[in-house]
Amino acid sequence: MSDYIEGIMDTECEVIDPVEVKEEMIVRYPTKVARKRAKQIVLNRIGEEGEVPPIQANVRTIPGIITQRGCCYAGCKGVVLGPTRDIVNITHGPIGCGFYSWLTRRNQTDADASPDGHNFMPYCFSTDMQEGEIIFGGEKKLKQAIQEAYDIFKPKAIAVFSTCPVGLIGDDVHSTAREMKKKLGINVFGFSCEGYKGVSQSAGHHIANNGIFTHVVGTDDTVGAGEYRMNLLGEYNIGGDAFEIERIFEKCGMTLVSTFSGNSSIDGFANSHTADLNLIMCHRSINYVAEMMEKKFGIPWLKINFIGAEATAKSLRKIAAYYGDQKLMDRVEAVIEEEMLPVKAAQREVRPRTAGKRAMLFVGGSRAHHYQELFSEMGMETVSAGYEFGHRDDYEGRKVLPSIKIDADSRNIEELEIHPDPERYRPRKRPEEIEKLKAAGLGVADYEGMMPEMKEGVMIIDDISQYETDKLIEIYKPDIFCAGIKEKYAVQKHGIPLKQLHSYDYGGPYAGFAGAVNFYKEIDRMVNSKIWGYIRAPWKEHPELSGSYAFES
Amino acid sequence: MKRADAKTTAAAAAPVTKGKEKKKGKENYRPTRNACKLCAPLGAALAFKGFSKTIPFLHGSQGCATYIRRYLISHYREPVDIAASNFSEEAAIFGGQKSLLLGLENVCRQYRPEMIGLATTCLSETIGDNVPMFLKEYRKGREDGPPVVHVSTPSYRGTHAEGFHEAVRAVVESLATAPETPSREGINLFPGMVSPADIRHLKEIFKDFETEVTILPDISETLDGHLWSEYIRMPEGGTPIQKIRGSGRARASIEFGRVLSGQKSAGKSLEERARVQCFSLGLPIGVSESDRLFQTLSELTGHRVPERYNAQRERLLDAYVDGHKYVSGARAILYGEEDLVIGLAAFLSEIGITPVLCASGSKSGLLKEKLSQVTPDISKIQVEEGADFSDIEEIAAQSAPDIFIGSSKGYRIARALNLPLVRAGFPIHDRIGGPRIIHLGYQGAQALFDRIANALIEKRQSDSKVGYGYM
Repeated sequence: MSDYIEGIMDTECEVIDPVEVKEEMIVRYPTKVARKRAKQIVLNRIGEEGEVPPIQANVRTIPGIITQRGCCYAGCKGVVLGPTRDIVNITHGPIGCGFYSWLTRRNQTDADASPDGHNFMPYCFSTDMQEGEIIFGGEKKLKQAIQEAYDIFKPKAIAVFSTCPVGLIGDDVHSTAREMKKKLGINVFGFSCEGYKGVSQSAGHHIANNGIFTHVVGTDDTVGAGEYRMNLLGEYNIGGDAFEIERIFEKCGMTLVSTFSGNSSIDGFANSHTADLNLIMCHRSINYVAEMMEKKFGIPWLKINFIGAEATAKSLRKIAAYYGDQKLMDRVEAVIEEEMLPVKAAQREVRPRTAGKRAMLFVGGSRAHHYQELFSEMGMETVSAGYEFGHRDDYEGRKVLPSIKIDADSRNIEELEIHPDPERYRPRKRPEEIEKLKAAGLGVADYEGMMPEMKEGVMIIDDISQYETDKLIEIYKPDIFCAGIKEKYAVQKHGIPLKQLHSYDYGGPYAGFAGAVNFYKEIDRMVNSKIWGYIRAPWKEHPELSGSYAFES
Repeated sequence: MKRADAKTTAAAAAPVTKGKEKKKGKENYRPTRNACKLCAPLGAALAFKGFSKTIPFLHGSQGCATYIRRYLISHYREPVDIAASNFSEEAAIFGGQKSLLLGLENVCRQYRPEMIGLATTCLSETIGDNVPMFLKEYRKGREDGPPVVHVSTPSYRGTHAEGFHEAVRAVVESLATAPETPSREGINLFPGMVSPADIRHLKEIFKDFETEVTILPDISETLDGHLWSEYIRMPEGGTPIQKIRGSGRARASIEFGRVLSGQKSAGKSLEERARVQCFSLGLPIGVSESDRLFQTLSELTGHRVPERYNAQRERLLDAYVDGHKYVSGARAILYGEEDLVIGLAAFLSEIGITPVLCASGSKSGLLKEKLSQVTPDISKIQVEEGADFSDIEEIAAQSAPDIFIGSSKGYRIARALNLPLVRAGFPIHDRIGGPRIIHLGYQGAQALFDRIANALIEKRQSDSKVGYGYM
């Protein structure tokens, strides 16, 4: 994929021995901690069969190791349900949690797309629990909050999200939700997503998937118009990504039934089970819904990726191949041909300045993988990567699923038992058709993971800590580091630019074809900034006396 | 398809049908919409960042540390490391002692901090973890380790402002010792939640008074620092631990905050324990409140007010005179921490702007009384404690304001009403330079005055059809 720069990379990397780097990163930890972290820091090797070494992932963060991970509530309310515009999301708990998840991810939505124009995303609803409720219980206050929200906004649905104290004091958000659902005649449902559950936001994603599937998916059987009807799962419309993907689908003549959950309405979730294909962007946060829809309604799923122009083209071809319709295939090819013209021009423009530069990505449960595509299109190499909250299958591929040991933390997150719906189960493809597609390399219901696509010898680090981040930068001195705002300013102190891939700083979209061009320009601007040239004052002539900035060597 | 940002006007989402009537009492509970306060552990973590090589440590879920880091970093644009005991479900049931001890051990090894600021969260508070006992256990065999200062900050009690002050008080109460001899030197300054730029200015002032000052906490460098030429485990700056210990030997303490003056505070605690006299002043914003600071300093140090401050004061008044026609008679909506609101109200009253609404998410019960001390006619001001932005929005819509002054969180309302927002306080995450906004002293008032006057001028200019080049 990056033949262009192969030569340059090899010479630069020779100096750094990843084995030594790993040693240095964990040397200061107590023995037990070091042993644990050693399993989460892996040097990539690709075996003959494409197998990669195992990595420990989705395990508890050790206390006192400053992690970038969030909590269960953050994954449930902040990530999965947050981007849906017409659900009133009430945080049941003290004020902090609601405040901190108040549209901080820069999810966009098009409120005009719904007839009622409802958009509650700019709001932060909280029961603002006080000491009295901690002692005497908060259900009464929660009911009042739901009632008030209903009276003021008349929403179609209200969701309740539990924070840490709720589970501890024994408030039953589910029975409260049921009671209010009956009383108000709208959909009201609760999530037991207390922050201490699971090991990261990943637990919250699972809980959100379960809740949406139980309470919303399949509540409206209306089959809408349009050909090639699909759902897009795990795309959260940060910086307008979903708008670009929607544009491409429309151009290809594909019909989007619903997106979970960028630019989404609860109406879309309600009849998402009428679609014929589920597309998964973020495997980590949403594969549960796809699997449950497959079991209950017979909808197959494909892992796709719209980050990177080549990846977008590949994903569109996969969709067309799934439907196996020549008309669609031709149209997709025409769209790709047209869309790639400006993309290629943009690549030619930036490559002389970006090729050979090195990136690191520590973000998400998919983004650290997806964005490598964009970098390779610019001739840049990813020298180290890792997820914040990914599981082994996100690293090594779904083939390792049977060998993943379920620990106590994961066991506490409910796995719903799903059976085919007696009336509505309708396999969209016969088993032999699926087999045929698989044989053709379509990867139905499969995800290969990040590591098989990365080079040998690169460092894969799960749940990287702030301390390890600092070490990594000190040693590798990459040209750009991709993570989130928490890491941003520490990394930039070293003179290395950081691109936020959670919320895109101020930018985006980066998905699809137009997004790729945006990203090339942004990264070009960042890795070629003149600012670093001014840092050393002219009268500081003896850098050896004061140390050198990370970017200088 | 429209590719605009999420529709931000609240009015577009749904009409607010409720009247202003803020109902009191449980029976008429009203949900909090768009809170005008953050949680207590955030305030505590912020305060701890102002002590030398101190790691804030939250006893609770890792999510709290992550969220709070995220929020502080978006304002300060500086690294903010906050550790946590990373509660698992097991810890939530059986108690967090093991997690806490392991967490402290790991933080010490990685960061070698000079102090650890341990704040509890609603999780550890709800299950009733006995943190003082855990710490006693931790201390055994680690007598030489860094001090661990514990503050109780469940977020169901108080706001970030209370969390901040409580943390400062905990630090002083844990470390400061009462002197045996009455030798008194230097002054302690408890500035409250002000900006790094404010603290740098305060340091200059004390230097010009030729007086040693211990600022508690001092975030001037730790949260507004510079690039690193070598790896820095923890940023330089912050109140040295030795100086915190010595704060009991100071000649006097000065604390800012009229509301704080009516509450428990680090300054008053030191007065009781170490007989360091505490002078409570308002946040020195505007001429009158700054005059009080300079007078107090002059009396305490025996030095005349240095000439440069006379010059600054005169320049400020000259600007007041030159700019009065742009600002006088305007109506402002003020919101934020109570003491910031009071300080800004005092300043606005001087320049002829009526703060028609003074709102805070805190509920000290003192806001109205303290505001009446600094504003000429309290009857013209609607004072709202425990307010959220929905309250502020409703009141603003009915009070014909010209300008909003406060944090970025007021932006949506200001935008809906097509009015300027002059950013002040915390959090500011839609502009660059939040930590460099100066509010205090004559210099701070000068900067605020220029910004407010220019915002009003700009609004008038852009609203005008003529396109005046002279305003």
